[in-house]
Amino acid sequence: MAVNTEKNTYTVIFAIIMVVVVGSILAFLASGLKDKIRENERFEKQQNILYAMGVNENTEDSGVNFIPTTAVEEEFSKYITSQLIVDADGKVQEQDDAYLIDMKKQISSLKNGGDAQFPLFVGEKDGQKFYILPMYGKGLWDAIWGFMSLDENMVVQGAYFDHKGETPGLGANIKLRYFMDDFTGESVLDGNRYAGISVAKGNNDPLNNDKEDNEVDALAGATITGNGVAAMIKETLKIYKPYLETIRTN
Amino acid sequence: MALLSKKDANLILDPLADNNPITIQVLGICSALAITAELKASIVMAISVIFVLGVGNVVISLMRNIIPSKIRIIVQLIVVAALVIIVDQVLKAFAYELSKTLSVFVGLIITNCIIMGRFEAFALGNGPWKSFLDGIGNALGYGVILIIVGFFRELFGTGTLLGYPVFGDPIAKTGLYATGYENNGFMIIPPAALIVIGVIIWVQRSRNRTLIEEA
Repeated sequence: MAVNTEKNTYTVIFAIIMVVVVGSILAFLASGLKDKIRENERFEKQQNILYAMGVNENTEDSGVNFIPTTAVEEEFSKYITSQLIVDADGKVQEQDDAYLIDMKKQISSLKNGGDAQFPLFVGEKDGQKFYILPMYGKGLWDAIWGFMSLDENMVVQGAYFDHKGETPGLGANIKLRYFMDDFTGESVLDGNRYAGISVAKGNNDPLNNDKEDNEVDALAGATITGNGVAAMIKETLKIYKPYLETIRTN
Repeated sequence: MALLSKKDANLILDPLADNNPITIQVLGICSALAITAELKASIVMAISVIFVLGVGNVVISLMRNIIPSKIRIIVQLIVVAALVIIVDQVLKAFAYELSKTLSVFVGLIITNCIIMGRFEAFALGNGPWKSFLDGIGNALGYGVILIIVGFFRELFGTGTLLGYPVFGDPIAKTGLYATGYENNGFMIIPPAALIVIGVIIWVQRSRNRTLIEEA
């Protein structure tokens, strides 16, 4: 049977069938895999939060090693003692599963002048308390996010960054240890001001020995991603400042 | 009997050298510039493109007699996009770590001109088996260049290969760095890829003068 593939009606019918077939394959696949994907994302978030407070399997010169997904749920409930939400006015209340809150939605809601609820986690390890702040911002190509844990003196105890689509080898290196580890020990305060931590080029301190300067060494070739990280930290501190003021001891 | 006839074997071997998609056909340059700052990303991208181009060429080839020519580009685009999304979703569900490494490349694969180029130039006019070989061959040719460029850029740009230090520690000044050697920061920015590809083109054409186009 010869079909005239040049006819308009054929073209339209072909297009319709193609869209319906491909659309249903993708929809079927997406709904079939949704639960599994959600679970993976949940475990990842728990791993990231624990990572920021130092619960991970890193060794001296290893890369980033999370605790295994099979153990993460148990460890999460063991180390994270409370999950809080802080609203736009600084009111705090406890809420289970606050870690599932999507920071992106909250930030855009706040920008549009709406209501916002920001999650915050209090962890405890070896008698020390960690206040873990989720962060969300933008890099060069797409979203960047992360978690940063602070102690009562507003000194960073650990940080984890991730990104959606930064350039491999350049901006994508924000999720490598040599960048993230630099944040540990830096204070986010400059006197009484929540100055954050800037990602600085030319601070002549590649080993980051100076922990008082509110600066970490930048990544070569990734200026915009680095600036994005600094801006993200600043924004986050602005959001959580009312709460941080209540726990600050210095 | 050989596994592949001579003609079929050429479909795979030609794109590796004398008809290389990057150095001869000048396709896929954009992704070759973007992701070759480190070797690992180059390898991941090469494997992804081998898969997508191999399967995509077969799908397009099977549909070649029923695709209306007026909308063939859109049809090709849908096929690539669907394939890439399927792979991405399946990996997200069953190999989450791997999917995170790959997520950056998803967009780059869909817009990779090698893929559309081979659909248009080969799969629309040839049978599925030949198209499959052509797809694999071209993706390999693309991958080889990517890996060569990634190798040099990572080695001279950051002094590492696949993340392992080769020249010593640049900050503590050990190994080669003790002699005053410095990493070349230029190698990690995209223009360096263009220069490396340029050198490859130069070497290739000076070895085989028939490849030089008339001015």
